[in-house]
Amino acid sequence: MNWQVMFPLVIFVISIFVVGFWSSRYLKNSTNFLQEYFLGSRELGGFILAMTMVATYGSASSFIGGPGTAYTQGLGWVLLAMAQVATGYFTLLILGKKFAIYARKYKAITLIDFLRSRYNNNKSVSILAAFSIIIFIFSAMAAQWVGGARLIESITGLSYTSALFIFAICVIIYVIIGGFRAVAVTDTIQGIVMLVGTFIILIGTIIAGGGISNIMAELVSENPNLVTPFGHDGGLTPAYVSSFWILVGVGVVALPQVTVRAMSYKSSKAMHRALVTGTIVVGFIMLGMHLIGVFARPILPDIEVGDTVMPMITMEVLPPWLAGVVLAAPLAAIMSTVDSLLLLVSSAVVKDVYLNFIKPEATNKQIKQVSFSVTTVLGILVFAIALSPPDLLIWLNLFAFGGLQSAFIWPVIMGLYWQRGNEHGALASMIVGSSSYIIIHNFAPNMMGVHSVVFPILFSLIAFVLVSFLTENASFSSTNKLHA
Amino acid sequence: MKHSQIDQNDPRFKIANKEALIGVGLVVINFIWWYGFAYGLGSVPPEEYTYVFGLPAWFFYSCVVGTLLMIVLVIIVVKGFLTEVSFEEEEENR
Repeated sequence: MNWQVMFPLVIFVISIFVVGFWSSRYLKNSTNFLQEYFLGSRELGGFILAMTMVATYGSASSFIGGPGTAYTQGLGWVLLAMAQVATGYFTLLILGKKFAIYARKYKAITLIDFLRSRYNNNKSVSILAAFSIIIFIFSAMAAQWVGGARLIESITGLSYTSALFIFAICVIIYVIIGGFRAVAVTDTIQGIVMLVGTFIILIGTIIAGGGISNIMAELVSENPNLVTPFGHDGGLTPAYVSSFWILVGVGVVALPQVTVRAMSYKSSKAMHRALVTGTIVVGFIMLGMHLIGVFARPILPDIEVGDTVMPMITMEVLPPWLAGVVLAAPLAAIMSTVDSLLLLVSSAVVKDVYLNFIKPEATNKQIKQVSFSVTTVLGILVFAIALSPPDLLIWLNLFAFGGLQSAFIWPVIMGLYWQRGNEHGALASMIVGSSSYIIIHNFAPNMMGVHSVVFPILFSLIAFVLVSFLTENASFSSTNKLHA
Repeated sequence: MKHSQIDQNDPRFKIANKEALIGVGLVVINFIWWYGFAYGLGSVPPEEYTYVFGLPAWFFYSCVVGTLLMIVLVIIVVKGFLTEVSFEEEEENR
């Protein structure tokens, strides 16, 4: 085992625990347990809001998978990844103040609370929403755990099982004791580690490659396609690459782990600051990380598994103690995603299932016990599944983001900005969106040269508008009409 | 609170609607800039590429300058076009 690499990682993990314990003090003193545990009492400032948004969204894919694909595809994949810069400003501007105000008026703690109140307490809307969040977010989370454990395995030389065990214990403990506040504050630390790590690896890689011009010349001599926008075999068409603006750009507004953050900030000032910070941070991390993948190619030409590009280039170009510091970055990226997802699934189980359907009159103490035990049980369950991930999980994970987006994007956006949208429209939109996504994803992937998510989002919009109009008289209340 | 009880004439909603449109505007500018430079300059054969700071010109303008441009635009929008509103519920008893 390489202690020079391990030491900074251990420091990193310990500081994460300190934050967990610090946050648990707020939980003890809080009068509203649910609001504190799942939303940090809506007290996030601008910097923390920006970092938790970026860190939650920037997962294993941006630190491990993304650079690995960029290594294979060349600059065309970096171009594709840059669609994500939009998430830095678009999400907060679109959900924006309206979502923050609605969430406070509805006293909403989860995305499902928002949907339920917006759509006249419609039971089918909330059950369908809770069901899809629990299934898809759970699978996305389990897949990230596998990634986290593999990373620890490759850095430390521990077995997969012990690596997974260490990872699981870390995340479960600080999420349980600290709740949303711990998640947001650790996300901030993890975000800073990601930012600094990106910067150091990028500089190290450029120096090791003999400068950018030299790296580009070597790429051109290997395969000129690597420096074009079209990928190594010319397969990245403009339509396909552009369609990622929906999947990883604007569609991100509909992901529940993102929306919950848009109801957690303190003031409009915090939101304004987060817009600027978030855009800078996401722009820099995405550009830097994917460029590292491309730049690594002339330095380490024979890597076969894309996922190992990141750890290998780091070990190659940096001295061991510094490699330990920056390898905390991908680990941080994974941790900051899974902690948010773990809490999100817990909130769906506790708030949207337990409190809504099982025991609405639960006391504060009961809610507290149920919340802690649900988070623990979910954590153990994910651990068990990640030990030997079933094929179904891989499939569900691939499906998760697109599926959630096609289900939720219009009920959320139209719910905010189109007063005539009603519960029937929302239900139709969720069903049409997610089922057409399942069908296209399985039977006609990347139909007409664009990513599978594009058409379902279009269909769900049509369903929403059409059904809302058709059922208008049945459910349109007079108050709504006055203000529409 | 039920949805039908929310006053849609709340002046804060006018501000919020305007800001959402600004968000749409920003993403359109971002996309056009990104697409225009990438495929405008990048569609010629790679031998004819020009390079800026070592990077192909299409990539430099589309991804590097494009990101810097968006950061500047977001700062301008935040400083000049967004309005601070209170999230407190002072009009609840109205």
